[in-house]
Amino acid sequence: MIPVHLKTPLSSDVLNLRAGDQVVLSGTIYTARDEAHLRMMEDGIPFDPVGAAVYHCGPIISGSRVLAAGPTTSARLDRLTGFLLDAGVRALIGKGGMGGGVVDQLLGRGVYLALTGGCAVLAASRMTLRGVFHEDLGMAEAIWIIEADRLPLVVGIDSQGGDLFGKVEREAKLQFDSRYTT
Amino acid sequence: MEIIIEFISSLLMMLPPSGEELLAAVSDATCQALREAEIRLPPDVIAALRHAAENETSDIAREELGRILENISLAGRLGVPICQDTGVPVVYLTIPPGIPLTAGLLEAVADGVRKATHDIPLRPNAVHPLKRQNSGDNTGPGMPAIHIRPGDRLEVTVLPKGAGAENMSRLVMLLPTQKDQITRFVAETMLVAGGKACPPVILGVGIGGTFDGVAALAKEALLEPIDRMDPFEHELCDAVNALGIGPMGLGGKTTALAVKVKTASCHTASLPVAVNVQCWAARRAKREVVW
Repeated sequence: MIPVHLKTPLSSDVLNLRAGDQVVLSGTIYTARDEAHLRMMEDGIPFDPVGAAVYHCGPIISGSRVLAAGPTTSARLDRLTGFLLDAGVRALIGKGGMGGGVVDQLLGRGVYLALTGGCAVLAASRMTLRGVFHEDLGMAEAIWIIEADRLPLVVGIDSQGGDLFGKVEREAKLQFDSRYTT
Repeated sequence: MEIIIEFISSLLMMLPPSGEELLAAVSDATCQALREAEIRLPPDVIAALRHAAENETSDIAREELGRILENISLAGRLGVPICQDTGVPVVYLTIPPGIPLTAGLLEAVADGVRKATHDIPLRPNAVHPLKRQNSGDNTGPGMPAIHIRPGDRLEVTVLPKGAGAENMSRLVMLLPTQKDQITRFVAETMLVAGGKACPPVILGVGIGGTFDGVAALAKEALLEPIDRMDPFEHELCDAVNALGIGPMGLGGKTTALAVKVKTASCHTASLPVAVNVQCWAARRAKREVVW
């Protein structure tokens, strides 16, 4: 499968993507985990959110280098994400998929892109550090500004309600119920 | 004269090691074991991932496993941690007769963790549970988590544990008559974990013992090599893989690389079961302390 190339700031082209599509993404992305989301909800978003890609990641930074930067579990941010999409963020990057209404919040607005969990060195080899917001939150929780060069991703949730993680989960549940009826 | 010097030096060799040298060696061994574990996966885990990649039929599952294998080789080549979640340090210490178990010995392990955090470097992950203040060096009260066992040699085994998989671990106190519920509980743990635990996972299953002990058993099971499973472990592994969660929860044949079980005696009225979930980055390494 030939991947679709995306560049930030993202245009409405991302709305044409479908769950299961392979993409590569280049351009500026912003890391944010639990603490960063809470801080942004309180103090505002420190970058231009329109067309932005937010990466669920707490990297290892050494000096000015991104040493390791794989995705963190996105589901922790299920209930902290709406304000970003309201502000114009078009892509969430992470691992494990998202629930808690995020599939609906993405409708007609943006996509959730899955980066292979644990592939921190592979991801870092395609990243350049550009800056940081809220460094007082600590290495894992700060908002790092990163220039990405062809990050390999899979569309996990598209803007039409297509949810690959949800589909796999539903099938797993059916399989479980058929084996262990109570 | 020479004979006398030789005699004296052989006498010196028989004296117990100076405390400081021993503690420095424990600290070094801890740091070295962490470096090894964080950068290189054990060969049995890499072999299982390769086998899984060959076995998958869906494009996405194959691509995910391909990236995992590429990441592992890149980490080894560059000498950097495989995953940015370098975990919290779980340490197993075997202590031979003649080495006293002291607070200093445990402090030496913590010192090795601090050194590893600075030198490798590791991401500082240890925080106060309520204030969420980060100590900055992966140590704190109860951290590193150190388990002590008697042994023939002084050895440090490390099992750095990331949170994605650890957070999905579960424990249940079954009734003695619910033995047939064990498979269900293991499969259910994986169903709840889904893609969040970074599959393909390894499941460490503890059965028996006490409420606290069964969790420790489950974690100890993760120290076992995964290149062989007994029939019961196979049965559990098949039950997990039947869910089709696949690499990263995107669907596929390989949800678990292996299931390892450890048992202990328990109360006649109890059947404790714990499942400790381990992501594919199953990091473990052992170093003998030499001084």
